[in-house]
Amino acid sequence: MTPSSIAVPTGPIAKGLITERRAFFRAAGAATLSATAVALMAGCESMAQGNMTAADVNILNVALGLEHEAINAYQLGAESGLLQQPVLNTAVAFQTHHKEHRDALIATIRKMGGMPVAEKPKAEYARALNAGSLRNQADVLKLAQRLERGAANAYLGVIPSFGDKGLAQVAARLAADETMHWTALTSAMGEMLPQKALTFGA
Amino acid sequence: MNSRRWLPAALALVPAFVDPALANGNAERGRDLYESRCISCHSLDANRIGPKHRGVYGRKAGSVPEFTYSPAVKSSSVVWNDQTLMRWLTNPQEVIPGQRMNFRVSQPQDRADIVAYLKKESGQ
Repeated sequence: MTPSSIAVPTGPIAKGLITERRAFFRAAGAATLSATAVALMAGCESMAQGNMTAADVNILNVALGLEHEAINAYQLGAESGLLQQPVLNTAVAFQTHHKEHRDALIATIRKMGGMPVAEKPKAEYARALNAGSLRNQADVLKLAQRLERGAANAYLGVIPSFGDKGLAQVAARLAADETMHWTALTSAMGEMLPQKALTFGA
Repeated sequence: MNSRRWLPAALALVPAFVDPALANGNAERGRDLYESRCISCHSLDANRIGPKHRGVYGRKAGSVPEFTYSPAVKSSSVVWNDQTLMRWLTNPQEVIPGQRMNFRVSQPQDRADIVAYLKKESGQ
């Protein structure tokens, strides 16, 4: 990671993001499960019985790639200096959720005997997300809003493909978190919520 | 033979060959669907969690440079066109077993609209 290649974070919260990130990498080999990871997998006892398929691992690894990108998107937003309070605090909270998703997915993939997909360098995420085009807080929020809606729909769209119903339920819970983020971001931007029901995952 | 008896069964087989929704694919609606459904992993011009999509229509599966595909997709002989894209969006695993996407679009019209958008953005 090269934090110095992006605008240096200015506030204590933004610095905290980097500290948390470094702590994660130091602990990455420990394979310890966070409380969230344990809770998330609590309904998936069948995973320990070895009846999971490689296809399910593939789905979880795509989800993990999505969470890596989300964490980096919020990091880029926090380091941009474009977010003011209380939006910055909200972004940090959402990034923490995505880190908990990441940790849970890594633990689950390992428990299933798979190899978790690695995070890419931050510069790659910045390039792919066109982070250089972000000019103000509204731009950052708009990017986050797009990614959160896409993430919610992605989780909903893979549910029929899971072989294990417990994992399908986990995907639904992750989708609920992403929808919560999208709703908060949409409200923060002063946009109307959908007038019709069932706008996600149709 | 009573045509009333066999006609419904015959019509039920038609989607397996030509999805009627394809004829009404709406690229403009497809753009909105792409933005809401596909954007978490794909972009038109950047490789992200999935490969970039501009030019996907008419392209061989697994052929975008600098994107790391699953072995299954990389070795596939599938070429993306109306039929293969519709089937892919219905259930990727049935088109290329061992692929990683697994995302499904449940409604035929939604699939047709997304395909129309990808086709348009591929200059076809």
